[in-house]
Amino acid sequence: MLSKYAFIGILSVIAFGFSVLGLLVAWLLGPKKPNPIKQSTYECGVETIGEAWVQFRAQYYIFALVFVVFDIETVFLYPWAVAYGRLGLFALVEAAIFVLILFAGLLYAWRKGALEWQ
Amino acid sequence: MEFVGDFFRNLGIAFSNWLSGFLPAWAVLLIDYTLGGLILLVGILVAVLLVIWVERKMIARLQDRLGPNRVGPYGLLQTVADALKLLTKEDIIPEGAEPISFNLAPVLAVFATIMVGAVIPFGVGIIGADLNVGVLYVVAIGSVGVMATLMAGWSSNNKYALLGGFRVVAQLLSYEIPLVLAMLIVVLLAGTMSMQSLVKAQGGGFLNIPNWYIFYVPLAFIIYFISALAELERTPFDLLEADSEIVAGFFIEYSGMKFAWFYLAGYINTILLSAIATTLFLGGWQGPFVDRFPVLGVFYFLGKMFLVTLVIFWIRGTYPRLRIDQLMDLAWKILVPLALILLLLVAIVVKLPTPPIIQQVILLVGNIVLLLAALGYVGRHLRLTAERQKLGGRL
Repeated sequence: MLSKYAFIGILSVIAFGFSVLGLLVAWLLGPKKPNPIKQSTYECGVETIGEAWVQFRAQYYIFALVFVVFDIETVFLYPWAVAYGRLGLFALVEAAIFVLILFAGLLYAWRKGALEWQ
Repeated sequence: MEFVGDFFRNLGIAFSNWLSGFLPAWAVLLIDYTLGGLILLVGILVAVLLVIWVERKMIARLQDRLGPNRVGPYGLLQTVADALKLLTKEDIIPEGAEPISFNLAPVLAVFATIMVGAVIPFGVGIIGADLNVGVLYVVAIGSVGVMATLMAGWSSNNKYALLGGFRVVAQLLSYEIPLVLAMLIVVLLAGTMSMQSLVKAQGGGFLNIPNWYIFYVPLAFIIYFISALAELERTPFDLLEADSEIVAGFFIEYSGMKFAWFYLAGYINTILLSAIATTLFLGGWQGPFVDRFPVLGVFYFLGKMFLVTLVIFWIRGTYPRLRIDQLMDLAWKILVPLALILLLLVAIVVKLPTPPIIQQVILLVGNIVLLLAALGYVGRHLRLTAERQKLGGRL
């Protein structure tokens, strides 16, 4: 079992090495003639005003909250799904209640207008 | 004949035996794994080169053009030429950018996609690492890519990049749920998360075909496919990096090789999500005579994988883009409820005290009914919206 994770480890070294090496070779081969115009922010013809790092109304933060709830739900359901064949009828009832509660939560968020993109 | 029947694996075993003649066990393992990783990496890169060429040719034909035809026979080497050109471009870091995460983002994007390849079962016994949590591993590593997107969008210090990054994250998060639920349905049917066991569970029957999970839960495959298209940010879900509208979104400031890395990550993702679709729904390497000649499995797998990729390209040539509110509605108001209902349906049917073939028929019928109900709901909603627009002008 552990040797399988050894492969993951070795592959991660290879993958990381490959992606860094590509950028390194490009950095070595490419010309280096920086000038202020070239390095200015690419937004439009006019000079950029201000930074992009301002306080910003993120439209998706409610989506992010709903996402967290549902992602945790699916993570809980994975072990249930693997063991499902060996469990009795009780597992079905329990998971059904669990899923239905979350379904009710989704309907509630829907009715409250949390799922509208403005 | 025996050697050819399972050619690739026997080649590997023979090589390992030859090595262990003069090396200790840990060194053999190290060399095996390093070689395996390199073969996986090179294989993926070659597939990407091929797939980019296929896409350009195919889209060109769909749009009544010729496509690349100058470099190499039929323009086959066009992608190589493009890669070489990008390799020699100047590395520009914009003045206001945050250099560490700006440079790390493309590395992370490519890294995350290559890592997913570790658990893809390309053939009988041909898999990087057959983890017993394979499906969960795919989901977990896949979400590292989202972080790369957010890093790229934030660190560029560009308003378009930031907006693009935010919206991409919103899209990826929303479609992650139906994607993971669709995979969960297959796990529920098979009772395992290991990729090889999932494929093995789909064997048997006439020519190893009727047990593929697409013939049990076609609706789950449709949900998976739509969500995968959204995860890939491909048409019709490519509004966040629409070149013609918001100049590539979150990677607007990237040029040269770093741009190429995001491009590469996108194509590796396309191939690997097709591979996962093949593994979970299309029977992986299962096919006629695969139990007698396991070597055939590799060709079946690659064939199915490229077929799914082709369909993804075909969709790009066919459909227009969605609007962002339509995009979010599709994920949260249609796909997630549908996946939850389907999950409960599968859980109930699996527990029914009937023979498997009857269960399969019930599941198929249930899937089709659910699909028709969903289509009817969407159709009614679209008609109502259209009528409202006719009455009150543009709404």
